[in-house]
Amino acid sequence: MTTLETSTPLTVESSGQPARRAASPGRVAFRQFLRSPSGVCGACLLIVIILGTAIGPVVYPVDPLDLVGGPFTPPSADAWLGTDYLGRDVLAGLIYGGRASLAVGAVAALITIAIGLTVGALAGFFGGAIDAALVKITEFFQILPPLLFAMVLVTLFGQKLTTITLAIGAVSWTSAARLTRAEFMRLRNLDFVKASRAAGAGDAYLMLRVLLPNALPPVIVSATLAIGVAILFEGGLSFLGLGDPNTMSWGLMLGQNRNYVLDAWWAVIFPGTAIFLAVLSISLVGDGVNDAINPRLRRRM
Amino acid sequence: MAFVTHFLRQIVNALALLLAVLVLNFCLIHLAPGDPVQVIAGEMGGASAEVVAALRAKYGLDHSLPEQLATYLGKVATGDFGYSYYFNQPVLELIAQRLPATLYLALCALVLAVLIGTLLGVISARRPNGIVSHAVTLFSLAGYAAPIFWTGLMLLLLFGSIWPVLPVAGMNDVVHPRQGLAHAIDVMRHLVLPSLTLALVFIAQYSRLARVNMIDALSADYVRTARAKGLPEWIVVGKHALRNTLIPIVTVVGHQFGNLFAGAVLVETVFSWPGMGRLVFDSILRRDYPTLMAVLFFSAVMVMVANIITDLVYRLIDPRIRTGQS
Repeated sequence: MTTLETSTPLTVESSGQPARRAASPGRVAFRQFLRSPSGVCGACLLIVIILGTAIGPVVYPVDPLDLVGGPFTPPSADAWLGTDYLGRDVLAGLIYGGRASLAVGAVAALITIAIGLTVGALAGFFGGAIDAALVKITEFFQILPPLLFAMVLVTLFGQKLTTITLAIGAVSWTSAARLTRAEFMRLRNLDFVKASRAAGAGDAYLMLRVLLPNALPPVIVSATLAIGVAILFEGGLSFLGLGDPNTMSWGLMLGQNRNYVLDAWWAVIFPGTAIFLAVLSISLVGDGVNDAINPRLRRRM
Repeated sequence: MAFVTHFLRQIVNALALLLAVLVLNFCLIHLAPGDPVQVIAGEMGGASAEVVAALRAKYGLDHSLPEQLATYLGKVATGDFGYSYYFNQPVLELIAQRLPATLYLALCALVLAVLIGTLLGVISARRPNGIVSHAVTLFSLAGYAAPIFWTGLMLLLLFGSIWPVLPVAGMNDVVHPRQGLAHAIDVMRHLVLPSLTLALVFIAQYSRLARVNMIDALSADYVRTARAKGLPEWIVVGKHALRNTLIPIVTVVGHQFGNLFAGAVLVETVFSWPGMGRLVFDSILRRDYPTLMAVLFFSAVMVMVANIITDLVYRLIDPRIRTGQS
């Protein structure tokens, strides 16, 4: 828990004690991260994927929604990875679809963590009736299978990428909330928090400036993993026919070509591999981040 | 006695949560854009204001929202979950027809996942730095990241065209024995690919969990004591250490039942398994709201039941909780 030890004095600093000058917790964690082989592998893979979707169009300038040839053209010099059931280029789909899939993953994960942090922090900090009510709400969301709940939301409110992203965020925040709540409950009775309170810190200050920074490490790990889960969710929804038909994404490619897997394997294998590699790299990064900021919990997640 | 009150309280809690799911369903339907009466009128090819008003009265849409909610809850209480116009059947009947196949698939996958996952975890925990252990770690990373529907499609591709030794669609052969052993074998052959696909994700998670907990357990004092008093290794590992390895797995199994159920829905649409999956798929395509809402409700019921069973099993295998309660 090296990060906790270095960040603790920083919060007490505000109540008048001189700060101990040490390497910033972020830098320590980053150095630790570089020592984790799985984390570094994952980060490299992820960078390659992101670069591919970013500069792909320069190398391979094809519109993913254009009909470039006949349907089910096998991979060739013209269409490197073949064409799909409508005659759209699969590689172009991977490049542009990656942007959408990664964006959905990142934004949905942000929503997940934002809701989770808010609910968990309020419940863990105040306790009592507020805690009881928020725990009941969390429990309620936990009995609805997230994918099926998201499916109902998208069916009712429209198959648009924004709706899909919001739906994924809205259904998957419960574990982040429970994690944050547990951390806040553990921290709120520690001495440095009592000291801040005695020094006159208000509730908002305590929550945001004293407790939050110390509760973050496990939440950061779960945020990283949430990106991967959200990408899988987007795929699952598209697979059930709930993708956004106007925006190419990896999930949409899979969902639209699934019935033709025996005729055109290339239209299904490549987007699936893309999702697989993206989620794999993200969970490796998650492992690395976990090793870096929770050394004591190493190899446990 | 404490045991009984505990479970009574759990059941009351469960019923309250399920009531909340119904209220949520009701609110969602009313929040969703689009007026059902306009849709019906549109399908009729346009209707006059009187007909629209008559439709509104017929479906009770001219009452206030609380009144409509009360009517809705009253109907659900008598088992009326609405009527599916696409399937031309009451929704409850539809669900009752499809649910058993899904449960069968999900439970088979669950048993496979717990058995194989624990076994892999225990084997790799015996030699945490051995080659088997690394292979299990790699496998569980891959199993976590591979989208379940995609794994299914790949297996479908493999067994559908490259190496056709197993059936890839449905629950029975077209011409199939209807009873007896032959029937059971037929169903089991069809079950292999879907249940394996569904199990893979969970094998990945359980093996990881079992490995960590087994490593912990093997370094605990009670294991050293058991070894010191001369118990054979397989009893030390298979009885003493395994018990503590299983506890966290039981918890996770219980908490993940919703994911298992949702996973089954996805896998079913790949292998045309005649369960809820196809029903979900078709009702999404037809915007068949009553059916979708009922699927959500019954999946919540499933999760509820799974939670209560988990709690029971938990008490059976962990005496600390049992005695702590009473």
